Amino acid sequence: MPDRGAVSRAEPDPAGAPSPPASPSSDVAVACEGVSLAYGARTVLRDVTFAVRRGERAAVLGPNGGGKTTLFRALTGELEPVAGRVIAPGRCGVVPQTERSRLDFPVSALDVALMGAVSRLPWWRRPGRADRAAAHAALERVGLDAMADETFGDLSGGQRQRVLLARALVQDARVLLLDEPFSGLDTRSTDLVMGLLDDLAAEGRTLLIATHDVDQARAWDLVLCLNGAQVAFGPPEETLTLPTLERTYGGAIVELPGGGGHGVLPPHHHDH
Amino acid sequence: MLDWLLDPWSDPINLRALVEVVALGATGGALGCWIVFYRLAYSAESLAHALLPGLVVASLAGAPLVVGGAAGLIVAALAVAVAGRTPAIGHDTAVAVVVTGLLGLGALLALSPDTPARLQELLFGDVLGVTDADLVLAAGLGAIVLGALVVLHPSLLVVGFDRSSAPALGRAPLVVDVALGILVALAILVAVQGLGNLLVVAVLVAPAAAARQVTRRVPTMMAAAVAIAVAAGIAGLYASFYLDTAAGASIAAALVLAYAAAHAARAVRGARRA
Repeated sequence: MPDRGAVSRAEPDPAGAPSPPASPSSDVAVACEGVSLAYGARTVLRDVTFAVRRGERAAVLGPNGGGKTTLFRALTGELEPVAGRVIAPGRCGVVPQTERSRLDFPVSALDVALMGAVSRLPWWRRPGRADRAAAHAALERVGLDAMADETFGDLSGGQRQRVLLARALVQDARVLLLDEPFSGLDTRSTDLVMGLLDDLAAEGRTLLIATHDVDQARAWDLVLCLNGAQVAFGPPEETLTLPTLERTYGGAIVELPGGGGHGVLPPHHHDH
Repeated sequence: MLDWLLDPWSDPINLRALVEVVALGATGGALGCWIVFYRLAYSAESLAHALLPGLVVASLAGAPLVVGGAAGLIVAALAVAVAGRTPAIGHDTAVAVVVTGLLGLGALLALSPDTPARLQELLFGDVLGVTDADLVLAAGLGAIVLGALVVLHPSLLVVGFDRSSAPALGRAPLVVDVALGILVALAILVAVQGLGNLLVVAVLVAPAAAARQVTRRVPTMMAAAVAIAVAAGIAGLYASFYLDTAAGASIAAALVLAYAAAHAARAVRGARRA
């Protein structure tokens, strides 16, 4: 029987802005050590070991069912590892795919951003005036304060993605887990969200971004490849090689025309 | 005209019924919004039907109906939980089997020759027969439900909007689901006194469904649902008084008419925009 895993959590830096590292090890924002994850008796992800430091952007690549969402559930503390250890600083912010939210829910963009404040409040407290101000500030930061009163479900995909980013900003999470944030976005929205992510990393937030876009992943600091187990982890130039991508995606890898590297055939559905 | 409006309330029976429908409307209208958001209408209806044996046994034993209703709810919830764990049977099927079984058992108990049970009263309620004690109970349970909704509002919103991200925001969906389930059970206990266990779902679902058609935000929807539930309750009592119809059924009919009117209003508004 495997050892039960553990999740180590510390309170986030109350000052908000991250301080310079005292040493490389103290600079780690989120890490896994030999983590295996299971749903009941079925192990869906094995032997995950990585560490991402403050201000780094790590792409999490893998096919549908490869374990990306399962890993995120472990990092938020929703799923306990059956083996190994998760090290996460307080609560990670989650930016899900927008279609996972209830688009028929009668809430405004401001209401959604304000939900980020709930994570900092005990369950019997309601968000107050300061929280509303923080929600407006977060919406302004993502360029949507003018649309604060619009119904969330009426916004475009890119706008909804930015509202969910604003929710994570109000949460003041130092580590953000983004689940395919560019899925279904047009070029302009993609550029906007990309710029926001660059800004967030520059101010010291750590980003883990689940994606199928190999080309995009080349622009980030680290890449974690998953396919039921960890396939590779490291800088893009070491991990985004044809053998690694083939082990990660199998037959879904295609060579792009004109020497443009390799790409992944678009997925048809998304589960764990 | 004023006499026409005031006449029904000169009778203490109707006045008590008025207080009862206001309490039911406030509780059912507000809670109903979360029942609609969480897609619990079928579960709420099922629980209301499945508590019939508890009501019948309480009626036979001369015990307060609320005690029998509470016991019936607990038995129904446990039966659904156990049946739902049966492999190859989905939750909906399990609920349907349990509800049919318990409703049948309740009818069997009530119709046996040795029992003087008032099955019709239990099924369709007797809002004109509520006592002062019933009103105190309805107001008390209603206040608990409404107070809990105020406190739980942010958690209900977070889980209802985005269940998968709720744990990252510090709200466990299971805990919120259980809390909402308890509130629904309490509301059914309140409403079953006046509307009976067949019509109770009308006050828990129809006002919220109607309000959803004409509002765009959760707080306004809750306010509109309460207003619709109270107004339909009062309209039902007027209909009962002047048309000599059954009060519970008249209230349920008024609630359904309110939903139809709201739906039509939305359709007209949509057509004008197009």
